[in-house]
Amino acid sequence: MSLLEIRDLHATVGDREILKGIDLTVDAGEVHAIMGPNGSGKSTLAQVLAGRELYQVTGGQVIYDGNDLLAMSPEDRARAGIFLAFQYPVEIPGVSNMYFLKAALNTVRKSRGLEELDAFDFLSLVKEKMKLMEMDQALLNRPVNTGFSGGEKKRNEIFQMAVLEPRLAILDETDSGLDIDALRTVAGGVNALRGPERAMIVVTHYQRLLNHIVPDFVHVLSEGRIVKSGGKELALELEESGYAGLGIEDEEEAVGKV
Amino acid sequence: MSDSTNTIETFANQEYKWGFVTDIDSDAIPRGLSEDVIRLISAKKKEPDWLLEWRLKAYRHWQTMKEPTWANVHYPPIDYQDIIYYAAPRSKKDGPKSLDEVDPELLKTYAKLGIPLQERELLAGVAVDAVFDSVSVATTFKAKLKAQGIIFGSFSEAVQEHPDLVRQYLGSVVPSSDNFFAALNSAVFSDGSFCYVPKGVRCPMELSTYFRINAKDTGQFERTLIVADEGAYVSYLEGCTAPMRDTNQLHAAVVELVALDNAQIKYSTVQNWYPGDKEGKGGIYNFVTKRGACRGVNSKISWTQVETGSAITWKYPSCLLIGDNSVGEFYSVALTNHFQQADTGTKMIHIGKNTTSTIVSKGISAGHGQNTYRGGVKILKSASGARNYSQCDSMLLGDQCGAHTFPYLEVKNTSSQVEHEASTSKIGEDQIFYCRQRGISTEDAVSMIVHGFCKEVFRELPMEFAVEAQKLLGVSLEGSVG
Repeated sequence: MSLLEIRDLHATVGDREILKGIDLTVDAGEVHAIMGPNGSGKSTLAQVLAGRELYQVTGGQVIYDGNDLLAMSPEDRARAGIFLAFQYPVEIPGVSNMYFLKAALNTVRKSRGLEELDAFDFLSLVKEKMKLMEMDQALLNRPVNTGFSGGEKKRNEIFQMAVLEPRLAILDETDSGLDIDALRTVAGGVNALRGPERAMIVVTHYQRLLNHIVPDFVHVLSEGRIVKSGGKELALELEESGYAGLGIEDEEEAVGKV
Repeated sequence: MSDSTNTIETFANQEYKWGFVTDIDSDAIPRGLSEDVIRLISAKKKEPDWLLEWRLKAYRHWQTMKEPTWANVHYPPIDYQDIIYYAAPRSKKDGPKSLDEVDPELLKTYAKLGIPLQERELLAGVAVDAVFDSVSVATTFKAKLKAQGIIFGSFSEAVQEHPDLVRQYLGSVVPSSDNFFAALNSAVFSDGSFCYVPKGVRCPMELSTYFRINAKDTGQFERTLIVADEGAYVSYLEGCTAPMRDTNQLHAAVVELVALDNAQIKYSTVQNWYPGDKEGKGGIYNFVTKRGACRGVNSKISWTQVETGSAITWKYPSCLLIGDNSVGEFYSVALTNHFQQADTGTKMIHIGKNTTSTIVSKGISAGHGQNTYRGGVKILKSASGARNYSQCDSMLLGDQCGAHTFPYLEVKNTSSQVEHEASTSKIGEDQIFYCRQRGISTEDAVSMIVHGFCKEVFRELPMEFAVEAQKLLGVSLEGSVG
């Protein structure tokens, strides 16, 4: 059984249809890249999989680990191991990064029947993961994403992912806003989390991230449909000829970018 | 009194966690207010003549006054002749001498409220002056405090045992003619707490009182007076719960604090009276006058309040900064959910030189709640070098509620500094989704964000109160989002 099976998925925001029949199967251990021009529906797909209520699913099915994913609340999906690294991580003033992450980890652990971590165990886990992400420990005590630079926010997302150890990680434009050094660190963190039990969906506009996170499969999204699938060489092909080479152009930006 | 089935049902529903009614015969006098009623109250309490005269004077003045309408709150007119002005739990003798003599029903109520009245008090380090309806029935730790010369007990007791002290300070901060509700309180107050900390004594424990309104339609008129003599320190906790009621109940308390040279008073409140139901029916009207006078040099009065209950809150704990270098502080969290209304804030009156005041107000509105901050900072000509810092933050949950801020600044002195900051924020759908995507439920996300918002105030609360306050906030916000 596949970890994730998307069948003919349709979704709208307001009265605009953005996903127009997506089919995608992801097995544990695989890394899938979703590429496509602006407005093709990449971020929408990521958000729909995470359960964002802004989007209405109007047709199709998503089976995750044998369960009907679309029937699950966002928090239940997270507890079942789905992690979304946000394109625009949200600021939560007044709540420390550390406190937030501890609450998240312990809810996830609880739902998996594991014991909650106490402050000491949590801190040692966090320190280990921070090293991996080359993150400044001072960020732990700052409010969630508040006043973080663009790069710090993205790093913080992958750091959270490292702590939460999801089964299916969805990375939404994690490369945007990163300089090359930060990109390398973030990709290093992501690669360290690759494993036979874990699947990843990497959403990106540009090929450059895929030099660092080498995918097993590449899918090209256009106008809400997957128009081409292939191996990692497809990404290089795109780099050469651009989306135009496939006869695809940028569309008007979809609403609800978050 | 409602029957026990009702009580159990109410308890089981957990809508308002502390909404239950205890079956105790109330020794209530008839409804309505007149000089005769005041004489009756005074006689029941065996008060000296000067106090009766003081009450009557207040009553006569009250009759000339009009209920204030300037606050941003709305409620039907109150019929002051339809209120019972005195109710005391009936007891066999004049008053119980020990817990064994206390009505077991009453003790059960306290147990439900989690008030530590037996040995656990010692562990908790809390001395409790429990007010049930209008008369104090048990006072603990008194002997221990007495050894240090600290007087702590019910107001009526203080009137009997320390009349000179009471007479010296009663009404000296909040005169009986101060405002409509204070005048009413002065005329009919039933009981409350009195505390005197002598020169140079640091009160070794947090003093605490729990108020509870119980008898049906009984107005509650508490009177609290705390005096910290030169160099003394005292921290006082006030916590409140009330049983579920359909009819609105009036509560008009007066609290006076006096700090002499180098004295410090810390006064903390967690107010959790019945806020009314989800449709805005019922709930307590909480019209309170709280004021402290920093009379001595280097004295300090600090108010911290967490207001989550009551249908209507009208409350402005204030400081008169008379002594040079004296300090006034006000830290407040006010939460309004469903149809609750709160108009609360503070007044800092700078009179002495180099006086400083700090105001931190956090207002949270949810449901159809209306939350108003009203604050006055007045710096008189005499207050050279005075400083004030005010910060008022509002947080909105949903789009049916309201937040309002009315800061008044009056500065008559060129050497003083006044700073004011204000912000309004809304818990965003994107914040909630972010939390949920990490496995945190909507309710936990809201409570996490709200706690983050209130942190600056919570850290001013004594430990045991901070925990209670956080829980309270969570309960009060249940169902406000999603």
